[in-house]
Amino acid sequence: MEILTWILGTLVRGLAFGTPLLWGSLGEIYAERAGVVNLGVEGMMILGAFSGFAVAQVTGNPVIGLLAAAVVGALAALLHALVSVTLRANQYVSGLALSMFGLGLSGLLGRRWEGIPLDHPLPEVTVLAPLGISLAVALWIVLYHTRWGIVLRTTGESPAAADAMGINVTLVRYLAVVFGGLLAGIAGGFLSVAYRPSWTEGMTAGIGWIVVALAIFAGWDPLKAIWTSLLFGVLFHLSFRLQTWIPPEPLQIMPFAFTIVVLTVGARRGGRVRQAAPEALGLPYVRGER
Amino acid sequence: MRPFGLLRIERDPEQSWARTIFVSVLAITAAFLVAGVIFWGYGVSPLRAYRVIIQDTLGDPRAVPEILLPAMPLLLAGVGLVLAFRAQFYNIGAEGQLLAGTVAATWVALFTPTPGPLMLPVMFLTGFFAGALWGLLPSLLKLRLNVNEVITTLMMNYIALSLVSWLVTGPWKGPSVRGFAYTDTFPDPAWLPALAGTRVHWPTLLLGIVLAALAAFLLNRTRLGFEIRVQGQNPDAARYAGVNPLRTTLLVMLLSGGLAGLAGVGEVAGIHHKLLDPNQVSLGYGYVAIIVAWLARGNPLAVIVTATFFGLIYSSGDVMQVSLQMPFRVTDVFNGLILFFLIGSERLLQYRVRWVPWKS
Repeated sequence: MEILTWILGTLVRGLAFGTPLLWGSLGEIYAERAGVVNLGVEGMMILGAFSGFAVAQVTGNPVIGLLAAAVVGALAALLHALVSVTLRANQYVSGLALSMFGLGLSGLLGRRWEGIPLDHPLPEVTVLAPLGISLAVALWIVLYHTRWGIVLRTTGESPAAADAMGINVTLVRYLAVVFGGLLAGIAGGFLSVAYRPSWTEGMTAGIGWIVVALAIFAGWDPLKAIWTSLLFGVLFHLSFRLQTWIPPEPLQIMPFAFTIVVLTVGARRGGRVRQAAPEALGLPYVRGER
Repeated sequence: MRPFGLLRIERDPEQSWARTIFVSVLAITAAFLVAGVIFWGYGVSPLRAYRVIIQDTLGDPRAVPEILLPAMPLLLAGVGLVLAFRAQFYNIGAEGQLLAGTVAATWVALFTPTPGPLMLPVMFLTGFFAGALWGLLPSLLKLRLNVNEVITTLMMNYIALSLVSWLVTGPWKGPSVRGFAYTDTFPDPAWLPALAGTRVHWPTLLLGIVLAALAAFLLNRTRLGFEIRVQGQNPDAARYAGVNPLRTTLLVMLLSGGLAGLAGVGEVAGIHHKLLDPNQVSLGYGYVAIIVAWLARGNPLAVIVTATFFGLIYSSGDVMQVSLQMPFRVTDVFNGLILFFLIGSERLLQYRVRWVPWKS
C-alpha cells in the first residue's frame, strides 16, 4: 500500500513538473512543423517566468500573470522569426542568441523581484496540467485532421510546394513560431506563478533545452508529447526525491544524460526520428532557390 | 540595382574584408544602442553607463589585465569553435569541454605524483584530451546516427556542470578547506606564472596566440584544412572529392574540444589554483566563445581580435556591477544582442554600395 501511494505521489509530482515541459514542447513542435527550429525556448521561458511573476504580483491575479507571460513569450519568438525567417539567418544561432538575451534581460530587470514569494499563486496541478493535455489533443487534431494542419505540415515539409499551393510560407512560419513562443511563455509563467511561486534569475535551469529535445523525442507529434513530458517530469522529480540516498549532483545529471539517450535511441530505431522530421527543418525558404 | 541618389546598391557575392568589418561594426553599434534603451528602462541613464564604462575600461591602463583575463579562455575556445564551425559542426559544448579540462588539470595537480617541471605541460596535455573526450560522444552520435549535435553538446555542458559541483562538494572537497566547496590549493609547480602585479597568466595567452596561428596555417595551407573548408561549404562536393567526412569532422571536433579543454586548464592553473564551483570557474566563457568565433567569420587569426573585444565586454560588465550596481546578467544582454545583430546583418555582406558618376 505504501509503495502504491509512493508511485501515485511520484506520478502527480511528475505531472506537475511535466506541465511546463508539455506546454513548451507543444509550442516547439508547432514551430518545427513549420520548418523553424527555435533554440530560444530557454530564453522565452525565462522571460515568461519573470513577466508572469511580476504581473501576477502587481495585479494580484495569477491568470493575468500567465497571460502576460504568454504575450512576452510570443514577442520574444517574434524576434526569432524576424531574424531567422525574414532575414534568413542561421536558425540555431538565432535561437541561441534569444536564449542568452532572455537570460540577460530577465536577470537584469528581475533583480528587484528576486526572492519575494508570490501573494496569490495558481494551484499547481489542477489547472495547467489538464489544460495542457487537452491542448495536446486539440493540437493533434488540428495537425492531422484539418486544412490548417495540412498547410502547417506542407510548409515544413516542402515550402516550395506550399508556395505553389498559394500558401504564404513566411506568414505560416511567423504564426507557428509566435504560437510556439506563446506556449513557451506560459510554460515559463507556470514555473514562477504555480510550480514555485517566486522569481529567481535563471530559474528555468536548462528546462528550455530539454523541451527542444522533447519535441524530437516525441517525433513532432503533439499526442506523444504528453507521455514524453510526463516521463521527464517524473525523472526530474526523482532527481529531487532520491536525494535522501544519493548526492544531488549525480542525480541532476539524470534528465540531461537521459535526453542524450532518448535522442540516440530515437535515431537508432529504424530511423524513426529521421523519417518524422519535417523535411525543410532548419532551412530558410527563398522562392526559386534550391 | 536600386538607385539611391548617386549611390547604387547592388548584389555582390564576393566577400571583402573591408565590408565584413564595416557591417560587423555597424551590427555591434546597433546592439549597443538597443542595450542603451534597455538600461534606460532599468533606470540607468545609458549615456552615464557608457561614459562610466569607457572611463573605467578603455580610459584606464589598469583595466588592460581585466580585459585580457576573460580574453584568454575566449581565445582558446574560440579558435577551436572556428574550426568546428568551418566544418559545419555546431559545437555548442565548449563550456562543458572547458570544464572537463579543469577537472583533468585538477586531477593531475592534486592526485598524481607528476614531478615539478613536468607538472604544467602534463596538465595542459591531459586537459586537452579531456576536452576532446567530452566532445567525442556528441560527434560520434552525429556521425553515426545523425543525432543533432546542438542538443547533445548542450546536454554535455549541464552534465559537466553537475560533475564539477559534485567533485568539489564530495570526493574532491579539500580536507584543508573545511566548510567550503572547493578542492585543496594546487602545489606550487601547478601554478602558471603571471605578469608582475596582475593575474594575467601569460603562458596561456602565448599558447592561445600560437594556436590561433597554427589553426590558420592548418586551414589555409594543409590538405586537411582544404578538406575541412570543402566539407563545410559543400558536403556533397567533398564526398565526390574523396573527403572522408567521418575523419574530418572527428578531427575537427577533437581539436575544438581540446582547445576548450586548454582554456579550462588556464583558468584553474592560472587564476583559481584550485577547482571550485563551476559557475565561478567559467563565467559562461564556452557560450560567449560561440559569438567570438562567429564574429571572427571563420578566420582563426581574427579570433585574437574578437576575443579581446569580448574581454572588453566582460570587463564592462564588471564595471557596471561595481560602479552602477547592475546584476552580472547584464553581460548576457550585450552578448545576446550582439549575436542577434551579427547574424541578422549577415545578408548585408552580399551587397555593396557603389558610387555612380553622373554620366553612366
